[in-house]
Amino acid sequence: MTTPATDRRTAPDAAGSDGLRLDDVTLTLGDGDTAVTALDHVGLHVAPGEFVAVVGPSGSGKSSLLAVAGGLQRPTSGTVHIAGAELTALPDRERTAARRRHIGFVFQQSNLLASLTVREQLLLPLHIDGRLDAAARARADELVEAVGLTHRAGSRPHQLSGGERQRAGLARALMTSPAVLLVDEPTSALDRVRSAEAVRLIAEQTHERGTATVMVTHDTAIMDAADRVHEMVDGRLS
Amino acid sequence: MFLALRDLRFARGRFTLMGAVVALIAVLGVLLSGLASGLADAGISGLRALPVTHLAFDEKATSEQFSRSTVEEKDWRAWSEAPGVERAEPFGNTLANAQVTQGSRKGEQVNLAVFGMAPGSLAPAPSEGEGLKEGGSGIVITREIADLGVRIGDVLTADKSEVPLKVVGLVDETVSYGHIGVAYTDLDTWRHLHYGLPGDLPEAAGRQATAVALTLEPGADIAAVEKATGTRADTREATFDASPGYAAESSTMALIKGFLYAISALVVGAFFTVWTVQRKAEIALLKALGAPTGYILRDALAQVVAVLVGATVLGTAVGLALGSAMIGKAPFSLSAPAIATSSGLLIVLGTVGAVVAVRRITAVDPLTALGATR
Repeated sequence: MTTPATDRRTAPDAAGSDGLRLDDVTLTLGDGDTAVTALDHVGLHVAPGEFVAVVGPSGSGKSSLLAVAGGLQRPTSGTVHIAGAELTALPDRERTAARRRHIGFVFQQSNLLASLTVREQLLLPLHIDGRLDAAARARADELVEAVGLTHRAGSRPHQLSGGERQRAGLARALMTSPAVLLVDEPTSALDRVRSAEAVRLIAEQTHERGTATVMVTHDTAIMDAADRVHEMVDGRLS
Repeated sequence: MFLALRDLRFARGRFTLMGAVVALIAVLGVLLSGLASGLADAGISGLRALPVTHLAFDEKATSEQFSRSTVEEKDWRAWSEAPGVERAEPFGNTLANAQVTQGSRKGEQVNLAVFGMAPGSLAPAPSEGEGLKEGGSGIVITREIADLGVRIGDVLTADKSEVPLKVVGLVDETVSYGHIGVAYTDLDTWRHLHYGLPGDLPEAAGRQATAVALTLEPGADIAAVEKATGTRADTREATFDASPGYAAESSTMALIKGFLYAISALVVGAFFTVWTVQRKAEIALLKALGAPTGYILRDALAQVVAVLVGATVLGTAVGLALGSAMIGKAPFSLSAPAIATSSGLLIVLGTVGAVVAVRRITAVDPLTALGATR
């Protein structure tokens, strides 16, 4: 499964990399009369350490943007580069490996696993990659502290508040030192104060750890923390 | 097992219920196989104890050979001279009723499965007393008859023929035929019991037996001697079905066990189908995080095997404890290979059922981990 193209030992480091680049990406869903253009010739470059927000109404193609940027879905045309490597050229197996090693996802409502404690949520991505060692455990402790959950490290998701879950999800996404951080509607389950806190934390971690971060949201109130804001309408990015 | 073990702990209520079902099926599996072994012992352990490879019957007796077949002295002589035959002995088989007429249990009715044979040929060495002698009307009894209180030195009198049978020896093992304890005796005594005749036997009856007990060399060609004598040799194991009730008992047991395994596989399959469907969102998340499908499948199967092995071991232990208490009270015997097969099949078939269920993991789309707002 380890190939030169995706092995993090040979891939560029997040800090010295090219971040995330989408060139002329089009995604058509369905076919014939029912075909929908979810992404319409989208180009986007996010440098390492840059926090980009994409706003738009429901159905504008925001989630499709994340799916394509994160290697969950192949675009109909166009290319996606992550840390200098062309994600869209990789076969499925290696695309999965790239997701595991170079891409961090923060999902809506955090999407934690019910049976794992906060600390175990963080260890999981490294266990999947067969790299669960002492360094990984130390990093988990460091990240739990960075998102302010040290006192909750042994708690399971059902014992956490919405904000705490979101922070645990962010810490998990950062565990593999990803080049790219993709954030899907991080505030959909949070009140105004907690939303601002969550987004501030994402911005802070992006700048500190040098990830190329894309956050999609329909919540215009949280855009201030972003370095750059794009608007998405009918699959087109402004 | 990173996630599998934690899921087991987290959803322990559900897994305990499921495990309890498997454990109870394992208990039943042990009890059924104990009962099957016990019934087999009661039905055919007497035949199993014969030191032979084959038995030759009158070719006209195609079923219930032991009660229908008669062979003549010239038949076993011909067999003993045929090539490939190491040994051929006359063997008589009959069921007889007798009464204890001398001994502590005087008046006790005793059923005997009488095996007639030349002294020193087919009977096992007695664990107490003496073996058979020619012309002595002695019998060597086995454990089932001894359990009725019959002792060495007692005299039994057979119904009809009124032949007195002196107990000379005991084989302290369960040796039965058709659920009746075996009594070994010489051929002459056997003939009196078989024909129900007191006094001297008619000339013809004096040279008869039920079958020719054979020890054949492997691959011996016996077609010629079969044809010449008008007999047909069956392997010892093939004659088990000729024992009264044995075929019906063993097929009933096999049917029940078959259904038990099928039910077990379906229950396990159904449980893991529901469990996998419930986990769909988590599986999508794992895939989105970059977990290869193989990783998730391995994790899920490790969980299946852990639950099945744990529950089966527990159930087997309980079954063994219950079974030990049943020995002596029912036709029940515990045989390690039979129990290992029963428990092993439970695990294997349960895994097969679960594999069908967890295959659904491959079909889960990681895209569904992203919000539904797309």
